[in-house]
Amino acid sequence: MKKAIPYNEHDKGHGKQWNYGLPSTGSKIFDVCNVIFMLLLMVITLYPFLYVFFASMSNPLKLYSHSGLLLHPLGFSLKGYQFVLNYRSIWTGYLVTLFLATVGTGCTLVASLLFAYVLSKKDSMLHGFFTFVAVFTMYFNGGMIPTYLIVNELGLIDSLWSLILPGLISTYYVIILRTAIMGVPKEMTESAELDGANEIVVLLRILIPLIIPTIAAISLFIVVGYWNSWTNALLYIRDSKKQPLQMVLRQILVNNDMSAAAGTGASNRSGEDQATRMLLKYATIIVSVLPIICVYPFLQKYFTKGVMIGALKG
Amino acid sequence: MSTKDISLRKPFRERVARDWKRYWLVYIIGFLCLSYYIIFCYMPMGGIVIAFKNFRAAKGIFGSKWADPWYKYFDQFFNGYYFWRLLRNTLLINLLDLLFGFPAPIILALLLNELRSSAYKRTVQTVTYLPHFISQVVVCGIILDFFSSSGVINQVIEALGGQKILFMQDSRYFRPIYVGTGIWQGVGYGSIIYLSALGGVNADLYDAATIDGCNRFGRVIHVTIPGILPTVIIMLILRVGNMLSLGFEKIILLYNETIYETADVISSFVYRYGMQKGNYSYATAVGLFNSLFNFILLIGVNALSRKVSDVSLW
Repeated sequence: MKKAIPYNEHDKGHGKQWNYGLPSTGSKIFDVCNVIFMLLLMVITLYPFLYVFFASMSNPLKLYSHSGLLLHPLGFSLKGYQFVLNYRSIWTGYLVTLFLATVGTGCTLVASLLFAYVLSKKDSMLHGFFTFVAVFTMYFNGGMIPTYLIVNELGLIDSLWSLILPGLISTYYVIILRTAIMGVPKEMTESAELDGANEIVVLLRILIPLIIPTIAAISLFIVVGYWNSWTNALLYIRDSKKQPLQMVLRQILVNNDMSAAAGTGASNRSGEDQATRMLLKYATIIVSVLPIICVYPFLQKYFTKGVMIGALKG
Repeated sequence: MSTKDISLRKPFRERVARDWKRYWLVYIIGFLCLSYYIIFCYMPMGGIVIAFKNFRAAKGIFGSKWADPWYKYFDQFFNGYYFWRLLRNTLLINLLDLLFGFPAPIILALLLNELRSSAYKRTVQTVTYLPHFISQVVVCGIILDFFSSSGVINQVIEALGGQKILFMQDSRYFRPIYVGTGIWQGVGYGSIIYLSALGGVNADLYDAATIDGCNRFGRVIHVTIPGILPTVIIMLILRVGNMLSLGFEKIILLYNETIYETADVISSFVYRYGMQKGNYSYATAVGLFNSLFNFILLIGVNALSRKVSDVSLW
């Protein structure tokens, strides 16, 4: 990233006095406002999460009777988390989502990588054809209903594969990977080929090790994508035991349906019950977001380096 | 030139044989990956024919009879009660999002670029990127909770002496909430691409502008903004090209029957009529209208941009 406009300190020594070195009063005021604005922006971004976090470990009755913003947990109780532990569908949802985040990510990564390899062979005769077939799908698709009918016809309804296969290859990631593969110097692959390595060996031993940073970045994005995905399940999964975590969350957070909760009388609308429902909501949010927060520092490393963007431009 | 001529003169069959010998493995992998695109992207595109048929599940896509007249479902949609409402809502939500949501990350990137402390800048980036990685379900769950009649926002309004507002039951509030929370979710992550474009602006230009008497603000206007303009235009083309297909997830999570008047858009309508009511042909026709509209918009904006600014996707 480019540094901010330099001060004149180092210019002084050279006897050059450009007027942009001396921050004017207006410029100073702007700097102060800018810093304060950014601070506000960070508070606005983080506060909703902090509120949920504080609320999730508050005492339910205190939380229920409290009004206004929270700056710390009200009292302390792990009741909300206790409810989460006893909430069966959250755990089955977690398992389904874990399956997607591992098996799904593996399938998507391998398929995308292989297709990126195919697209990287620029002088093969079918290069243009393969590229067109892939890129066209970025601008036009069959739409929700025809895709559903095809998935249905393939017998994938209520199968966990319906959450992976319809989005198996992401053309966007393929293009990023292809750009990375094409960035590997030709001499390296050619010399290996001269030494008698076949294509599989070149791919596994030379190309893949050289583009590991891009692969790592993309894998993380795929994992997060699977973790957060729910529309495929909305369309293709009816069996409540096969719903991924996000669908269970939707049930709890959006549809306000907590009937599957053990120990909360679903029909009982007393204050205490309302309070525990609130707590359950907040605790579920925390439990589902936690893994994302854990991989976030790793994700951060990649996009500040511009791995994704730089590759896209090429 | 001459080598190209020679290769062109070689018989086609010979070139194919050479190409196959060199790339046979690439082609095998390529056709395997192609099967994904055919099954899950192109077969649904073929499935669009049901928009022109009376689809019966028992007869399948190809066995169903043609609609009479073939444009029956389009007619039904264009002359239907909901057409103008859907078109208005879809366009309005997207235009508002374009008006406020599109410039927001650009402004953020410009402001971040003016921060003097790079550590502070990195902190702001880390914080503002976060909401992008939190699932739509959780974000919408938090929105629904905060804006509910007894939610934290109403608590604050009441504490300040105001009247309770039924945000999620009053159709006037849907668009501001949708667009506002959209900025909250995407402003940080959206700024990445502009920050990377800012990094590519030639530093000498700043010196030149200073010598020519530009102050700090002038440098932003005359150097920084022209420097990132091509990136802005590309992003704008992509954004406009996606105009009618965005927002499905968030809308079906946030809306409810009482606010269909402003919140129901084409994609949510397709979902309700197709998946929930089982009007497959009708919903496909509506979806096809949406995709075609999008596709034409993309081609149009791209052509316009190529004429006006020499920047285009292809």
